[in-house]
Amino acid sequence: MAEQTAAAPKPRPSWLKPLEHPLVVLGELSMFAGQSATSIFRRPYRVGLLMVQLEFMAYGSMFVVGLTGLFTGMVLALQTVYAFGLFNAQSLVGATVEISLARELAPIFTCIVLVARVGSAAATELGTMRVTEQIDALETMAVDPLNYLVAPRIVAAAIAAPLLTMLFNAIALFGAYGVAVWAKDLSPGTFLNRIQTLVDVKDITNGLGKAAVIGFVVTMIACYRGYRAEGGARGVGIATTQAVVGGLVAIFAIDYIYTAISLSGPQQPAGGLGG
Amino acid sequence: MSPPPAPQPVIDVQDLYKSFAGFPVLMGINLKMMEGTTTVVLGASGSGKTVLMKHIMGLFKPDHGQVIVDGENVSTMNRQQLAVFRERMGMVFQSSALFDSMTVGDNVAFPLREHNPGLSEREVREKVKEKLAVVDLHDVEQKFPAELSGGMRKRVGLARAIVREPKIVLYDEPTTGLDPLTTESVDEMIIHARERLSVTSVVISHDIGSAFHIADRIAVINEGRIVEEGTPQEVRRTKEPFTQHFLATWFGRT
Repeated sequence: MAEQTAAAPKPRPSWLKPLEHPLVVLGELSMFAGQSATSIFRRPYRVGLLMVQLEFMAYGSMFVVGLTGLFTGMVLALQTVYAFGLFNAQSLVGATVEISLARELAPIFTCIVLVARVGSAAATELGTMRVTEQIDALETMAVDPLNYLVAPRIVAAAIAAPLLTMLFNAIALFGAYGVAVWAKDLSPGTFLNRIQTLVDVKDITNGLGKAAVIGFVVTMIACYRGYRAEGGARGVGIATTQAVVGGLVAIFAIDYIYTAISLSGPQQPAGGLGG
Repeated sequence: MSPPPAPQPVIDVQDLYKSFAGFPVLMGINLKMMEGTTTVVLGASGSGKTVLMKHIMGLFKPDHGQVIVDGENVSTMNRQQLAVFRERMGMVFQSSALFDSMTVGDNVAFPLREHNPGLSEREVREKVKEKLAVVDLHDVEQKFPAELSGGMRKRVGLARAIVREPKIVLYDEPTTGLDPLTTESVDEMIIHARERLSVTSVVISHDIGSAFHIADRIAVINEGRIVEEGTPQEVRRTKEPFTQHFLATWFGRT
């Protein structure tokens, strides 16, 4: 709807055809991301709107993130106790669970919850504003819609995702402890001691960084989809679906890239296996 | 309802061309609008009238030609210049485009709070009340847009558009989809706004009855070109075939 220019159609090689649409989307998304990211640093700074979004994203997601975390920790403990029981290594259950949680499961599951709760809401809200001309109205009132609508959301997501990941981590570990120690009769000392010797702070900060990056990107995708929605209620529905599906794919793609980069440096295991 | 004499055009559209994905929408538009007048751009759906309006707002950049508003070339403005320029413009949307998460009062106050942070909350509220009174609305500040009728929403949309006292107000299909009585009241609203605020009004419409009611000048657009332009009386007596055909749908075939 708001395309400013249109390139004259040129004949393209036929092998390019199936790639054309994804490339166009990727290109538009990159431009949108660049413009939105720069709009964060343009005045006025929307602190009030940022707080509203933070309340919705971080505070509003606490319960569902906590619940997801509790069950994830519990089931992870069950599985690990079972698997490590096969070769009598139950003493490593605590550390294994916490490394999996901190490095992988907490940021990823938190971001999945964020896509479901926040990405869908952002795409629907912006999409509805687009098709009811509210975004055009902002523009005609000389208010930059990226600065007003998108910037607070992507910044809030980049802050909320690591915060929620910490919460997830804590509650999941509690759940794992409960299952391992109370239900599976592991020694509490062994469970906790191995965590202290084997889990590095880097494992946790790595997961938090990952959450921030993913939270930022998936919310950006959701805003992009909503911002470009067209064609009434159906268009908003399509935008929301695309936002959630695109967000989910992005989570796992970024997860791999981020992990590959963070593990590519010189690696030193924190403690060693000991006994 | 005679048009006041106007020395030079406030809006001057010169030889405007625009195409989308190779499909031409505007093909050489020339149009002048005088200060304090109401010009209705009349045309069927898909004739390019909304695209023309978005050029006047600076939302689109032309492929060729230019739009001069108040002596300034809108088509070459950058982001900051456009932001300053749009202070002089108010726009009323077809769907009213009110922010549904805000009350009516906050909607009307929005441009003030964004651009005039020096105003106190009391001053903002007074201005909101005053502008709502201009469009004949009273005690609706606490309501949400969803609680209002379509005609009232349009009035709130106008109040929001004029709250910073623009020189030019653009209306995008103000009467589309309204019943005859509400259409009448929106027409009155546009006439009152011009009388009370002496703004230059540009109305994009396909509503012939409404156009002849409110316009000082009518420009008929068809397939990206202005095919007829003049006072309502002149346009009524046109010999131009498309305009004759278009008007016949309303006035009946002669």
